[in-house]
Amino acid sequence: MAARDWLYFALLIGALAVSVPLLGVYLARVLEGTPQRGDRVWGPLERLIYRALGIDSRAEQRWRTYASSVLAFSAASVLVLYLLQRLQGVLPLNPTHVGGVTPALSWNTAVSFVTNTNWQNYAGETAMSYFTQMVGFVTQNFVSAAAGIAVAVALIRGLVRSRTATLGNFWVDVTRVVVRVLLPLSVVSTLVLVASGVIDTLAGTHVVHTVSGSTQSLPGGAIAPQEVIKELGTNGGGPFNANSAHPFENPTGFTNFFENYLLLLIPFSLPWTFGVMAGSRRQGASVLAAMAVLWAALSFGAMAAETSGSHLLGPGITQHATATVVGGNLTGKEVRFGAAQSALFNSSATATSTGAVDSASDSYTALGGGALLTNMMFGEVSPGGVGSGLYGMLILALVSVFIAGLMVGRTPEYLGKKIQAAEMKLVAIYILVVPLAALSLTAFALLWPSARASLLNHGAHGLTEMIYAFVSTSNNNGSAFAGLNGNTGFFNIALGLAMLLGRFATIVPVLALAGSLGAKPRLEESAGTLPTGTPLFALLLTGVTVIIVGLTYFPVLALGPLLEHFVAHA
Amino acid sequence: MRRQLLSALGAVLMFSLLTGLAYPLVMTGVSHVLFPSAAQGSLIRSHGRVVGSSLIGQEFVSSAGQPLAQYFQTRPSASNDNGLASGATNLGPSSANLLQSVHQLEVAYRRFNHVPAGVEIPSDAVTTSGSGLDPDISIANARLQAPRVAAARHLPVSVVYSLINSATIHPALGILGEPVVNVLELNVALDSRAH
Repeated sequence: MAARDWLYFALLIGALAVSVPLLGVYLARVLEGTPQRGDRVWGPLERLIYRALGIDSRAEQRWRTYASSVLAFSAASVLVLYLLQRLQGVLPLNPTHVGGVTPALSWNTAVSFVTNTNWQNYAGETAMSYFTQMVGFVTQNFVSAAAGIAVAVALIRGLVRSRTATLGNFWVDVTRVVVRVLLPLSVVSTLVLVASGVIDTLAGTHVVHTVSGSTQSLPGGAIAPQEVIKELGTNGGGPFNANSAHPFENPTGFTNFFENYLLLLIPFSLPWTFGVMAGSRRQGASVLAAMAVLWAALSFGAMAAETSGSHLLGPGITQHATATVVGGNLTGKEVRFGAAQSALFNSSATATSTGAVDSASDSYTALGGGALLTNMMFGEVSPGGVGSGLYGMLILALVSVFIAGLMVGRTPEYLGKKIQAAEMKLVAIYILVVPLAALSLTAFALLWPSARASLLNHGAHGLTEMIYAFVSTSNNNGSAFAGLNGNTGFFNIALGLAMLLGRFATIVPVLALAGSLGAKPRLEESAGTLPTGTPLFALLLTGVTVIIVGLTYFPVLALGPLLEHFVAHA
Repeated sequence: MRRQLLSALGAVLMFSLLTGLAYPLVMTGVSHVLFPSAAQGSLIRSHGRVVGSSLIGQEFVSSAGQPLAQYFQTRPSASNDNGLASGATNLGPSSANLLQSVHQLEVAYRRFNHVPAGVEIPSDAVTTSGSGLDPDISIANARLQAPRVAAARHLPVSVVYSLINSATIHPALGILGEPVVNVLELNVALDSRAH
């Protein structure tokens, strides 16, 4: 890695270190409903939304009602998004006259955007109208992110409140997050992106006569507003097929940095919010530290692997960086970003469940691609998706105190809440459901002949393509090792199933856990309590996360990326 | 549950209006007022007509598909720089297809630019990009192409080198991205010099 890349990494960490405490505190105020200056601006808009929904904003919900609100909202969203795609041929804002989407693909895409996954079995340039992109995808980019944050906050309330029956109001939480956090940040960031060259036009395809006398069609679209919320909400579904590698989505080294920053911003701020709401910043800091260590370590691994290049290209080709040579493995990468900064982007996007790419992951070195896959195998906790990353890491914190409790023979506690059999059962469901879906569906697909035909690459790399697809969808990431052709009947249905399980078979146990914890009294710390706001606990949490991933996924990592690496270097 | 579903449909409708229509439409309007050129795709003109976008790579080939010696060439593309088919080859790092294609591209590059076997070629010249529309090449790649372009245009190589310098984009703050040469801007500058 060149000095420039180290400075870039440091600058990104610095930018986040400045923003995270500010946004973390602000998010806590928004979610606790603390009166603030913005009330005069946002209040009327929020009340208008509450009236349209027919809800009483002061009424709090028990966990079952909270969960059924999440499910109802998601079901309605899938239905609307499905219909928008089927009917886009007769809907407005369709200057390129694209027709309706097939039923299987519409279903897959609807589930994908509602579950905050944004797996894409289509090429946006030619498959979707501007209306579908805006009213369908942009809307879900906002609300699926807000729903994730709402679930995380319900879990925080369960942890920090004593003897409570209620966890807040889902509709209020979603509305406040959209109106007071996501929209203002998106408006400002859109202007930054357009000023830097990201396009924003509804004019349709522009046909130009090129220098050498032929023609080229340039796509249009309201790209900048979509790009911003795609990163900020850890969604990742780009308007164009090449995603953030496309120069109209990500034109310069600066926009690449800014988009990388945006996709990490909220996931790293939420543990801070947790600390504020728990009344102890140290509790938030230990969770944040575990997330940051995993993100930095795997990102460094991916950057190092990609800058070292591919030794199979032959002696006549240089991949050694100099003042005039862009170094590293450049297959599938844009020269304006270079190998290291591309790898940091893709690593951040797999670690946050964004799944956006600024370079083709399938063409990464075996170890670089393996690092991206491992980020997702952590279960999206480093720092994970908006909301889902925090509740995933809090689940692992419960596992950590449980293991520590077993070692010393005491009933484990977290934030003064006793962790007992009922809680651990829900934790176990959460931990098991995603690997079970990912691994069994991968095994099933490998046995299904027509599914194997979708693989572009074979051998160890082909296995990586297959496991990558199911780990990505069941963790609601949406990153693609894009060699796999997913637009088949089999994959549209199987990947859709993985996404549904990964989202809702985890959210329901999380909310049940929140209800169960909320009903308990919050005990005072005693001498026998394991302190959880310490560097030692952050280390324990990091170790537990690594061990769980290792036990679950090491065999498939060995047969995929590791085997490919050792064969290539044999 | 019926009440929940009604609230849910209302919420989807309200948020579609707010975040799906109002937000992108207002931002598109504001962008067109504040940054009209960028919002429409950073289009470049040559001799009074639009010839492309400085952000989107294009081919500089004859009608028969042969690369034109008087123009700098962009990187290889998975889609031949088709503006509506962005994407990569997605070939794995040890794929035989990938290694064979890199080898063929190296042979063609050496022949076209008269690069002898002892001189290393920067890898961006023989690999495809992530978008298939990479508008830039490395400085080393541009310098290797300069003698060929200069010969085809009967220009001193020093003139071509100085045009490469003016078409070089330096990273913001010195670290955000890599220094690269924008191929369309360079070729348009060459053409405008000829007239």
